Amino acid sequence: MNLYIDSLRQMLGGAPRRPEKSDYSKEAAELHAFKKTPEERARRRKLIAEELSEKKTSYKWRKWRWPVIILVNLIFVISYQFDVQLVEGALTASRVVGFHFADLNSALQVTLAFKEMLINLVIGTSTVAILWWLVGGRSFCAWTCPYHLLSEWVEILHLKLAEKGWARDYQLHRGVRTVLYVVFALLAFITGYTVFEWISPVGITSRALIYGTLAGMIWVGVLLLIELFFIRRFWCRYMCPIGMTYAFVGSVSPTTIHYDLSKCLHEGECRQVCLVPHVLEITKKGRATKPQIDIGADCTRCAMCLEACPTGALSFRIKGLDKLL
Amino acid sequence: MSKESKKANAPAGKPKKRMSKRDRERRRALLLSFLAGGATVGLALAGYYPIVTYARAENRLRPPGAIEEREFLASCIKCGQCVQVCPVEAIKLEDFTDGFSNGTPSIDARTQACDFSCDAVQCVLACPTGALTHEVSLKEQVRMGLAVLTRPDACLARKGLGFKGTARGDDFPGLHRYIKVDRWNPIRIADHPYDLELCDLCVRECPIKDAIHLEPLSKDPDDKRKTPVVTDKCVGCGFCEMICPTEPPAIEIIPRKTWGAAS
Repeated sequence: MNLYIDSLRQMLGGAPRRPEKSDYSKEAAELHAFKKTPEERARRRKLIAEELSEKKTSYKWRKWRWPVIILVNLIFVISYQFDVQLVEGALTASRVVGFHFADLNSALQVTLAFKEMLINLVIGTSTVAILWWLVGGRSFCAWTCPYHLLSEWVEILHLKLAEKGWARDYQLHRGVRTVLYVVFALLAFITGYTVFEWISPVGITSRALIYGTLAGMIWVGVLLLIELFFIRRFWCRYMCPIGMTYAFVGSVSPTTIHYDLSKCLHEGECRQVCLVPHVLEITKKGRATKPQIDIGADCTRCAMCLEACPTGALSFRIKGLDKLL
Repeated sequence: MSKESKKANAPAGKPKKRMSKRDRERRRALLLSFLAGGATVGLALAGYYPIVTYARAENRLRPPGAIEEREFLASCIKCGQCVQVCPVEAIKLEDFTDGFSNGTPSIDARTQACDFSCDAVQCVLACPTGALTHEVSLKEQVRMGLAVLTRPDACLARKGLGFKGTARGDDFPGLHRYIKVDRWNPIRIADHPYDLELCDLCVRECPIKDAIHLEPLSKDPDDKRKTPVVTDKCVGCGFCEMICPTEPPAIEIIPRKTWGAAS
């Protein structure tokens, strides 16, 4: 089982699979066997008990990430309101100090609806694709998308309500996003309208911030209410085609979250905070086929798992940088 | 529901195979996914309604250079860069209630018309997709619509009347670049009062040469009455509609209308 292909399969909605015996590398198999020895088991239990006695919550990445989202969106607002012309436009398309930037998904919708390759969009999407490829693909979601931030705040509330039994997290099939991706692409092509753009909470929120077009925030509010009471991270997790577009970019990105099997105690803290827990399925006992694994395509690089992990088994890694240095 | 009542509801004699908890959850997840996905697509398609009813092409004055409405809606990437460069802030973005038109630019000429005070169709230059076609580089080439004297009976010139005061009242926030006052910066129309023997505001302030002029209503030299006549030079910017002092305006822009075409 090729890890890359499997990560794409999971991104499209496939359930994580238990690996075959032949999939394990020798080192990984040895590590798994070692973890099963009585001494190692006793050590693990002791470590977990110690950890639970002094549980700490860390926000070492979030304290950067939230300001980054706010700052990026603020630059758009300030550029217009004070006419500084740093970043003109909205998240769907913009000029960054004069250079064309275009959101990959918006550009795709326009191209399918208009049925013409527009040179500015080719330039804009190439720039944006390279940029997000460098920093992780779906890192767009966690580090730039204004809806993501709203959704994160609502998620915190949701978890509090769920604790009290006032909210539930109904699960959906993750394949629904793939279906919607295809449906919206087809709709754009067939109808000749950018159908998705009018309900895209990302475009709506971005334009509401910059231009004050607020009616769309009612729809965003409805989505957030669904997320608050019924389905945790409904839009980002199960629906958003933009996330999927950037997940494709991220699948080959050099910036990844890296998993170290030897450090992992398999407590599952990371999966509880993750927007896309299927990418962390390898952190379950006996699942990792290699001792070192880069997390799959759907990962938003939000680093919440890094903060949750008590043993440092997860970390940021830039592929190739270790060889370069 | 208790176990007993469940059993009572089951058809008698047929031992029904009980689904495992996992299977039930999976089935519910699938059902919910269909519902959620279907609802999202359904809502998305509902965006068609506004553009065939109240947000139709003839109800939307698009910025200079806008291509044919259908193509325009397809190619506009809804970024608002045209909004940002407009010196008089004539361009506004449509909202969620306008369906597929959401995020696209339009102009409410009566509130703030385009007066080409940017000199070089800046909105067209700003457009990244050519929804405002780059084939237009001069204001004279623009065709947004056509000025039509929709309420001839209200027109002051046709009544032979003059006009004194501020065209739209002292509180009107609309802007215009009066070249003789300030070559570069638009000022408030409310700060520029008029005193005219015969009202000719639509002709006087039209930013396009020879697009509109006044013609006498009769051959009698004592008859002061004149009527505005729109020519094929009219670009449909809407400035005449904005400056017209009668309420509602005597002259209006019909978006997308071309000169000589039957109305």
